[in-house]
Amino acid sequence: MAERKYTDEHEWIEMDGDVATVGISDYAQEQLGDIVFIELPETGKSFTQGDEAAVIESVKAASELYAPVDGEVVAINDTLVEAPETINKDAFGAGWFIRLRVTNPSQLDGLMDAEAYKTFTDGLG
Amino acid sequence: MSDSDLAPNTELRRTPLYDLHRSLGARMVGFPGWDMPVQYGEGILAEHAQVRDAAGLFDVSHMGQAWLGADGDAAELLETLVPGDIRGLAPGRMRYTLLLADDGGIIDDLMVVRPPEGERLLLIVNAANAAADYAHIENILGNRASLEPAAGLGLLALQGPGAAAALARLCPAAAELGFMANARLAIDGVSCLVCRSGYSGEDGFEISVPGNRARALAERLLALPGVAPAGLGARDSLRLEAGLCLHGHDIDRSTGPVEAGLAWAIAKRRRAEGGFVGDSAVLAALAAGPKRRRVGLKPEGRRPAREGTQILDRFGMSVGAITSGGFSPTLAAPVAMGYVAAEHAEPGTALRLEVRGKAIPAAVVPLPFVAHRYHRP
Repeated sequence: MAERKYTDEHEWIEMDGDVATVGISDYAQEQLGDIVFIELPETGKSFTQGDEAAVIESVKAASELYAPVDGEVVAINDTLVEAPETINKDAFGAGWFIRLRVTNPSQLDGLMDAEAYKTFTDGLG
Repeated sequence: MSDSDLAPNTELRRTPLYDLHRSLGARMVGFPGWDMPVQYGEGILAEHAQVRDAAGLFDVSHMGQAWLGADGDAAELLETLVPGDIRGLAPGRMRYTLLLADDGGIIDDLMVVRPPEGERLLLIVNAANAAADYAHIENILGNRASLEPAAGLGLLALQGPGAAAALARLCPAAAELGFMANARLAIDGVSCLVCRSGYSGEDGFEISVPGNRARALAERLLALPGVAPAGLGARDSLRLEAGLCLHGHDIDRSTGPVEAGLAWAIAKRRRAEGGFVGDSAVLAALAAGPKRRRVGLKPEGRRPAREGTQILDRFGMSVGAITSGGFSPTLAAPVAMGYVAAEHAEPGTALRLEVRGKAIPAAVVPLPFVAHRYHRP
């Protein structure tokens, strides 16, 4: 499996063949606090990079998941709808949001690796 | 608060518990000019449940506390500014009331405490409004009264069904107080003004303590079984479930007490006599009935509807807006408060909320969302 990459909107993306799993980072779930509502897109929907792909509401605030790259939704993590707290517990694992069939893989080169993302979040204080 | 309490590179003020919050792992946020804990390590849901199930300790030292004194009767003077029965406030009692503007708008809501010694009144006001409140009071009362901000006082709120049993371990007399009563009590050798009151809908206490003893007292309280720290995030979700107004959101200068559902705070004698700033507007609203009312709303589904969300009737016409909205941890469902035109205010009325371009069904429901459990022996 390829390495996990990150956006400056705190999504993570991990490629397996031409399908990417997408979620929000542990840093993001920590900042949002207790997540109480998730709205996921329907499978088959296509996004271009930066589109709003999912809605995230915590006790404190409303937020979004943006598509980190262009792609078509091939799977969604339905369990989040009933158990949104899964994201707080396991943001990089069971708390994944969607799987995308990536149509423009070169966009991955523009995302941060783990080290760059850590430097980025450290800078946010 | 002295200059030494200000952080070197920020304008945010610190309460006497600032270092304690940091040592407890709090996430700090700027809250009307103060650096305050929004949550600790466990998070808002856990802190909320802690207060509903056991007891939570809040630092509310940012709230304004000020002593109102007069040569004559301070209560009589204060009554010219508020619609509450202050003259009838016996030593050892306290009351919720409102500072009103000429047009009946709400400048602030506040607690008026008459301590057992009786002479002066302690006013407890919202942090964001403290300076404006004090200016308003001094402007109207002039040199007939003396208003002395008690900047050296900390304020701790111990809230929850376990609060009385916990505090009784340090101060048995506290558990004897009735709801909205107060007493000067020694806790751990420190003289405190202990009030049986709060902002969570639960039984509990608000303890006014000398600032230099506040941290030690907070640590003693946190060491009691069943007590854990709770931040401003849980304070907000608790008061929303309890249907309590937050000034600057649910009430402000553009809302009056009658439409806000606070007519209960306008004393019978004051309705008959008037004689307070805003009286003609308020008495007219009482007589005519308000054009809009603050109501509780329960959106369908799980998505919270936040402040500012438009409230629509079944034809899609706007009939009001949400003033506080979020997720109720106790009900595991979203709840909101807002104003709607009076004809839509009846519980059971079906309305819609415009959330992210979608019209989500919502029902008008009675407040509070979660029943109050005050100590009424």
